[in-house]
Amino acid sequence: MITPTHYMLLSAALFMIGVIGVMVRRNIIIIFMSIELILNAVNINLIAFSAQLQNAVGQVFAIFVIAVAAAEAAVGLGIILAFYRNKETVNIDEMNLMRW
Amino acid sequence: MRYIWLIPLLPGLGALINGVIGIRSFSRKAAGVVACTMMGAALALSLVAFWELLGLPAEARAYDVNVAQWIPRIPLETHGGVGLFEVTWGFRLDPLAAMMLLVVTGIGTLIHVYSTAYMADEPRGGVARFFCYLNLFCFFMLMLVLGNNFLVMFVGWEGVGLCSYLLIGYWYEKKSASDAGKKAFITNRIGDWGFILGIFLIYYTFGTLDFRAVQNAAAALPIETMQFGALSAICLLLFVGAIGKSAQIPLYVWLPDAMEGPTPVSALIHAATMVTAGVYMVGRNAVLFSHAPMVMEIVAIVGVLTALMAASIGLVQYDIKRVLAYSTVSQLGYMFTAMGVGAFSAGAFHLMTHAFFKALLFLGSGSVIHAMGGEQDMRRMGSLKKHMPVTFATMMIGTLAIAGIFPFSGFFSKDEILFRAFLANKAVWVLAVITACMTAFYMFRLMSMTFFGAYRGPAWETAGHGAVALAAAHGAPHPADPHAHGQADRKQHEVSHGPAETDGHAIAHPAHDDHGHGPWHGPHESPAPMTYPLMALAVGAIVAGFVGIPAALGGSNTIEQFLEPSFTAEQVPAHAQPGVRPSDVTAGAELERGRTSAGEVKALEHAPGAVEQSGEHVSRGFEIGLMVFSLAIGIIGIALAYKFYVTSPEISERLAERFAGAHRTLSNKYYVDELYDATVISGTMASGRGLWTFDRKVVDGAVNGTSWVTVISSWFSGLTDRTVVDGVVNLVGWIVQESSLRFRRFQTGLVQNYALLMLFGIFAFVGIYLFVR
Repeated sequence: MITPTHYMLLSAALFMIGVIGVMVRRNIIIIFMSIELILNAVNINLIAFSAQLQNAVGQVFAIFVIAVAAAEAAVGLGIILAFYRNKETVNIDEMNLMRW
Repeated sequence: MRYIWLIPLLPGLGALINGVIGIRSFSRKAAGVVACTMMGAALALSLVAFWELLGLPAEARAYDVNVAQWIPRIPLETHGGVGLFEVTWGFRLDPLAAMMLLVVTGIGTLIHVYSTAYMADEPRGGVARFFCYLNLFCFFMLMLVLGNNFLVMFVGWEGVGLCSYLLIGYWYEKKSASDAGKKAFITNRIGDWGFILGIFLIYYTFGTLDFRAVQNAAAALPIETMQFGALSAICLLLFVGAIGKSAQIPLYVWLPDAMEGPTPVSALIHAATMVTAGVYMVGRNAVLFSHAPMVMEIVAIVGVLTALMAASIGLVQYDIKRVLAYSTVSQLGYMFTAMGVGAFSAGAFHLMTHAFFKALLFLGSGSVIHAMGGEQDMRRMGSLKKHMPVTFATMMIGTLAIAGIFPFSGFFSKDEILFRAFLANKAVWVLAVITACMTAFYMFRLMSMTFFGAYRGPAWETAGHGAVALAAAHGAPHPADPHAHGQADRKQHEVSHGPAETDGHAIAHPAHDDHGHGPWHGPHESPAPMTYPLMALAVGAIVAGFVGIPAALGGSNTIEQFLEPSFTAEQVPAHAQPGVRPSDVTAGAELERGRTSAGEVKALEHAPGAVEQSGEHVSRGFEIGLMVFSLAIGIIGIALAYKFYVTSPEISERLAERFAGAHRTLSNKYYVDELYDATVISGTMASGRGLWTFDRKVVDGAVNGTSWVTVISSWFSGLTDRTVVDGVVNLVGWIVQESSLRFRRFQTGLVQNYALLMLFGIFAFVGIYLFVR
């Protein structure tokens, strides 16, 4: 029997993988993908509770999150593209222009 | 007579014309004609007014004309409660004013005519300026004479002072002339101070300034024999004014210096008219003065001392005009002596005769100065009799008149004064007689040094061909050219000053001296416009005395009877009273009559007439004896002068050496000027300088100290601002800067850094939430 606990464990694992990816990776594309993992961990949580509670709002939220993630991906990839054209790199350590 | 206000106005109009257009655009002749016409018209009007006045019965000889309101009614504090202060432009013709009016317009006209010739060498604008001032003077003098209240009189009084100043300083480029003008003005100011205080006191005491109302009110008051009351104070203050204007001790010093002015000015202002204004003013207020016997005594003493002192100075002066100036001071002293002993009409009579013979003498001296080319020192004259017979003859008449020789005018007036002085106070009489002797002496000394003896002046070009040619070119009469002196004289001399007559030359012509024109051809008789006034005045100097032949000589003393109403309080026509409207006349008339007649009786009891009554006790023979005595005194003076200066001139020099100290004292005018310089003037200067020092040290010091305090305190304020206030501001800035330098290290710009921090934050908050809660 798959209980909400299983879903939440999966979600937490995915979330932590995403967070650690964001923290440790240097390639901005990978970081981007890690962010997608975090968002999807949230989606799993939402859908799991939606099924558990027999309430469709969670699923609606999940679809919203997916839509927003798509938009974010478009904008984020655009920024990365623009950055790459300037710096010829996607290393996050090089992206420190907005500092003291 | 309704138009007496026109009499002052005509010369005023002349002054306006000459002053506004004349100075810029009139020729010399036009300026003279305008001025003389105005004076002539004023004289004609005066004669008409005088004639009409004579036509009235003796007790009604007074006429008031109120032309306009000057100061509308103002409630003002007086002695007896709040009164209404009201002044009108009112003119009044009464016997005294009429006499003075004729003197001013008559002699004024003659002097205007004389001036046209005397001033002919002046630059064009200067002549117009001169006539403007001269007319203006007559305007103010006539205001003074005709005013029916103290304030109108005061306007004239101040105005003549101003004109005197302007005319003394007519040659203002000359330092001595402008100084003399200032001296006259300032000295007069001291007198005017007394006069105006007197006017204040009169209003305070009587509540009006109208002459007649004041007189009638004063007549009702008791005579202040014992105590020094309000009337005495008023009279003393008025007399201070008279002292200044009429050059008495101690304010006489300005008059001799006033001789810096042109000679016609000396004749008109400083001999005949203005300086007698003080005498006139005392005469105007005879009722007041006769109620203040103590002040009368002061008047008499000051008068006789002035007469004596000035006469003694006149004995040794060499400047022809200065001798006459001291003579004027002396004669004015005589008039005040007369006023002081209560002989008001005798004083006024002497005023009139003096106006004639002194104007004559001054104009004669001007003629002499003119003839001598500006020379005024008598030591450089002499023997002028044969060069200028008309001047000599007329001046001789004037001299005999002033010396008091029998048929001439001065005899009658001076003798009247001496007689009254004898009755009133023997000491005054003795001093007056000594003065009379001195007068005869110095006047004949003047005549001897000027007209007799040997010629001591500068030589002139003799009748060489050049001089004759030059003289012919100018049309000038030449002493050595007998034809020029004849019938041609009159016309030709008017152009004798040659190129100075043309406008072109006038610009370059310096206005420095009486006589700045070209070559001098020696002493010569003056032109007709100068000699005719001399002759007219000589006639006046002879006949003016005949109006006052005393009863002792079989005359009727007409002048005294004519003038007497002016010296007593009298019945007032109700409409002339200030404050009474014509509609009230019938109602007020009865009351008025009752009051004034009571006052009149009292006044008559104590009036100067009382002296006359006591004089009745003196027998006629004694009176004639006194006359003979004074005549003898005059003749002694003349004889001494003739002996000292004509027959044996060395005597006078020997006397001068013998009494060197006295001579020096007299020559230096008793060192009065030096005394005033040392005391009053240097005192004033010192106090002025002291005040200046005070100003500089204390006032300026206070101002500078304030600024110094401000500077110092603002410096400290700036210092505080810079250190404390700015320090706090800078400290805040410094702290912000320093701390931001530390804290900005957090801003790494690395996204993962930020994310890590956020993560830690979340952990922290969740940790707090979980464990600390």
